[in-house]
Amino acid sequence: MSTLPDAETLCARLVAELRPSVGPNTAMIGLHTGGVWLAERLHAALGLIEPLGTMDIAFYRDDYHTQGLARDPKRTQIPFSVEGRDLLLVDDVLYTGRTVRAAMNELFDYGRPATISLVVLADRGGRELPICAQHCGAKVEVSAEMRLRLRRGGDGKLKLELERAE
Amino acid sequence: MQSNPQLNEHGELRHLLSIEGLPRDVLGSILDTAASFVGVTEREVKKVPILRGKSVFNLFFEPSTRTRTTFEIAAKRLSADVINLNVAASSQTKGESLLDTVANLSAMQADVFIVRHASSGAPYLIAQHVKPHEHVINAGDGRHAHPTQGLLDLYTIRHYKRDFSRLCVAIVGDVLHSRVARSLIHGLTTLATPEVRVIGPQTLIPTGVESLGVRVFHDMREGLRGADVVVMLRLQSERMRGALLPSAQEFFKHYGLTAEKLALARPDAIVMHPGPMNRGVEIDSAVADGPHSVILPQVTFGIAVRMAVMSMVAGT
Repeated sequence: MSTLPDAETLCARLVAELRPSVGPNTAMIGLHTGGVWLAERLHAALGLIEPLGTMDIAFYRDDYHTQGLARDPKRTQIPFSVEGRDLLLVDDVLYTGRTVRAAMNELFDYGRPATISLVVLADRGGRELPICAQHCGAKVEVSAEMRLRLRRGGDGKLKLELERAE
Repeated sequence: MQSNPQLNEHGELRHLLSIEGLPRDVLGSILDTAASFVGVTEREVKKVPILRGKSVFNLFFEPSTRTRTTFEIAAKRLSADVINLNVAASSQTKGESLLDTVANLSAMQADVFIVRHASSGAPYLIAQHVKPHEHVINAGDGRHAHPTQGLLDLYTIRHYKRDFSRLCVAIVGDVLHSRVARSLIHGLTTLATPEVRVIGPQTLIPTGVESLGVRVFHDMREGLRGADVVVMLRLQSERMRGALLPSAQEFFKHYGLTAEKLALARPDAIVMHPGPMNRGVEIDSAVADGPHSVILPQVTFGIAVRMAVMSMVAGT
């Protein structure tokens, strides 16, 4: 198995890539939990005017009928109007695309953004829905029985890790 | 020992029948989930799709417009279909048994039953007989329990006071007839609240209530001293006819909450009431509408708590 890319390097790459496209109408939303960690870093580095939004898509998941309610969902907090906004939706790992589908449904219950762009640290393939990232740190090959996830150390440093999927 | 009828084999909430017997982590999980739903109730579109396609039956064998309405709003905000049945005025009067009524509704593809009944234990009986995919939520049974009211009280206390581990909570009034008081006491003790007091005349305090871990006061001033939270109970006018109380005026003099008595509690104390209030009987208007009162936020939080309970049980 190939070694995983360094999350800090990918984060810096995303900042450089996003900088030219960021304007006064840009706002950012991170998806719990890893996406919020990444978004906090990107948001600070890009110096966005609007405060960061955070979102937990637990109430919009498509597997409620088989999995039930996710344990202890976080509160979605969007401290700005999404109406007419250019939104950067941030998650750590893009896989099936189902989380992004749920997030977009939830977003539209807040208003009608002008554009939504997806920003992810890593794309591991395996898409089940027609969704792609506009800004991607790296493509990573991961076998189906493994789970790729972002960790945040005590020093605040981000790190990609593999663990066996349940 | 019988396993807990409220939990499934994974320890998840399958029915909500009583706060008594709910493990601390499940209680905490309900309150955390409710906090996320408070966010939903504050936005423009106050609806999430999670119970889309599910049917919630409001099964009220005892009238209660307010509780029924809050369950109805909660279910609708989860995108469920809601059917209201005022059973007191229908089949039961024609002689149908409780379980036959439920079996009939089950045949109409129910997913969740919200049950209010004058007899303690009725929701338990129903829970024992429903199909595996059906869920029961107790919306008040006799004098026994009113768990969603207890949960919204706990949520309100946590919202304003953050932490239960240093709190003094005083519950005042007709504790004897109050299923609200009973549910709240169980919740507070499960969450390890160090001091829970009940205040009221001897005739309205159940004997042996100390065994639930509370301190009893008959002098309201003494009982309010240093309290962080004051929970006023509704004095049920129907009890006034009995020999339990001399008169409403007399009750207000001794156990009505006035600004002067509230001053004995902590300066940042909050005042709660499950509603409907009897102004001038258990609570003075100046207090009910005053800066310490969180009575209306309780109602708002009640919707989020009921959304949390419904979405948790219907997913197991």
